Amino acid sequence: MLLEVHDLRVSIGAVTPLDGVSFALDRGEIHGLVGESGSGKSLTAMAVMGLLPLIGGSVTGGTLRFDGHSLQRPEAELRKLRGRRIAFITQNPMTALDPVRRIGAQVDEVATLHLGLDRKAARVRTIDILTKLRIPSAETVAHSYPHQLSGGMKQRIVIAMALAAEPDLIVADEPTTALDVTVQAQIIHILTTLVRENGMGLLLITHDMGVVAQACDRVTVLYAGRVAEAQPVGGLFAAPCHPYTRALMECIPREGMARGALAGIPGVVPSVVNYPAGCRFHPRCARADAICCTQVPRLTSQGLDGFLSCHHPLGEPSS
Amino acid sequence: MTDILRIENLTKTFTQNAGLFGKPRSMSAVRDVSLSVAKGGVVGIVGESGCGKSTLARLILRLIEPTSGRVLHGETDLTHLSHRSLQKARKDMAMVFQDPYSSLDPRYSVFDCLAEAYIVQGQRMPTGRVEDLLDKVGLPRTLAQSYPHQLSGGQRQRVGIARALALSPELVILDEPTASLDVSIQAQIILLLQGLRRDLGLTYIFISHDLGLVRYFCDRIVVMYVGSVVEDIRDPQSPPQHPYTATLMASTFAPDPQLRKDLVALEGEIPSPFDLPLGCAFAGRCPRASARCKSERPTLAPGPSGHPVACFHPLGAGGL
Repeated sequence: MLLEVHDLRVSIGAVTPLDGVSFALDRGEIHGLVGESGSGKSLTAMAVMGLLPLIGGSVTGGTLRFDGHSLQRPEAELRKLRGRRIAFITQNPMTALDPVRRIGAQVDEVATLHLGLDRKAARVRTIDILTKLRIPSAETVAHSYPHQLSGGMKQRIVIAMALAAEPDLIVADEPTTALDVTVQAQIIHILTTLVRENGMGLLLITHDMGVVAQACDRVTVLYAGRVAEAQPVGGLFAAPCHPYTRALMECIPREGMARGALAGIPGVVPSVVNYPAGCRFHPRCARADAICCTQVPRLTSQGLDGFLSCHHPLGEPSS
Repeated sequence: MTDILRIENLTKTFTQNAGLFGKPRSMSAVRDVSLSVAKGGVVGIVGESGCGKSTLARLILRLIEPTSGRVLHGETDLTHLSHRSLQKARKDMAMVFQDPYSSLDPRYSVFDCLAEAYIVQGQRMPTGRVEDLLDKVGLPRTLAQSYPHQLSGGQRQRVGIARALALSPELVILDEPTASLDVSIQAQIILLLQGLRRDLGLTYIFISHDLGLVRYFCDRIVVMYVGSVVEDIRDPQSPPQHPYTATLMASTFAPDPQLRKDLVALEGEIPSPFDLPLGCAFAGRCPRASARCKSERPTLAPGPSGHPVACFHPLGAGGL
């Protein structure tokens, strides 16, 4: 396995927003991490990248392993990995780029820093990557400043920076959320092609079930800092086992859906300071009973290739 | 059905100052848009960012002044009303804004926020009106004394909807009312809006970038591209005729892995509204573009499937 996260716990001060997140992803695989805001998707990404100290958080339990080695190591060693073997694509391309430096210089930096190339060789490489990402007139773009580019173009530059050192793993945190649908389609096309052709692993964090259905091989559904369910993408959409997963699917309008067929989930996602006891979804769950209110459901394997944490999974008669 | 609103050749041009020596530049945010809205309908306006959909919403309520064109509400021409009569006319129309975090005054309690409409209109608020409105939007009455920072995003948007309903309008303009909400909350809000429309006989103009949501919620879809209407789909299930609408649909991912798309990268960029091409604005990205598309601008005319489309080479039933 390229990335293995096991029973990850993340604390920020006195609160523990992530509590028992596990998943694994291999080379050539796109693993989707989905959930609503406050589910802990981005925190998981920060934990994988070793960036938790930036927000005052720390890993307080569980393990993170990358290519057989622990990721819980000193910052100096992480720096050698970050950008070189594990790359990060952030949500907002508008803030991921330095506004006062030219695009070319920002992309060149990755190759000079991590691959030891000189400036000329790095620039040749930059132009090459930009061209591969179908950026028109790459030379001109390399000379531009971020404000001169459109949002979609900026996101492609951020992807170019992530790719510059040919990483093994890309962690993409909502890479298309700020973009229009036609641009989103372009970016997803680029990312999926790269994974299929170069055998990288991609951890794709998103709240958009359409993007998940289009791009991912496996999906882990998070709810309030815990894994609700994990399955290959086909099974997840065809036969979700966790009531939350199914409820989430019913919130999305589909082609040919009758008026009134859309259903919301009552209530709101709990915030970290008032996580309910027992199963954290129980106040919003139609199948919840007494046991759900007190006992935390354990994450257990389900079927051949899935994981589930629910006392009353779908498919068995509800009591 | 009678038209509740008629928009005629509405245009808005913004001018940008280019400093002391530069030449001021102008951009057309909305170009020659004509549209009539039937009573009781839900008209969806879709397009990508910068296509002018929010500007159009603001022009309809005259929150900004149009450069030319008219907006008729019944027999009243809103674009030529005095400030005073405009205020009177506006009580029949309301707007729900995109961001429930910035569209509520942080120093107003929910009660104040709902009562403000009556103060502006110089009317007495009937007793129990606030409670009534809170019931309508599914909020507990105890929230009346709460302030926006005490509410969740979904609750705030419900307050925004209650505020829009305060004066019992006929027409509500919804400007991306769910764009900043989680999907489970988005579905709650859409359900609420559907119920309110049924109970109160409202007419909606629903602005969104989410074609899937618009196809579900609306009974007519107006597609905008760089300031103008390119297609006016009267039946949301009918196939697109404009290559741009087809591209939008092809770029929208269905929440079903069996419906995965073979993605084709769309060439070209959206033209800058400061420097619009002479012909069709989509010609630079369009797989069907001909020489004519680059020199002449197509206007809305009935296409092969019957509904209006602005394209010289519209799609038949076959798709792209």
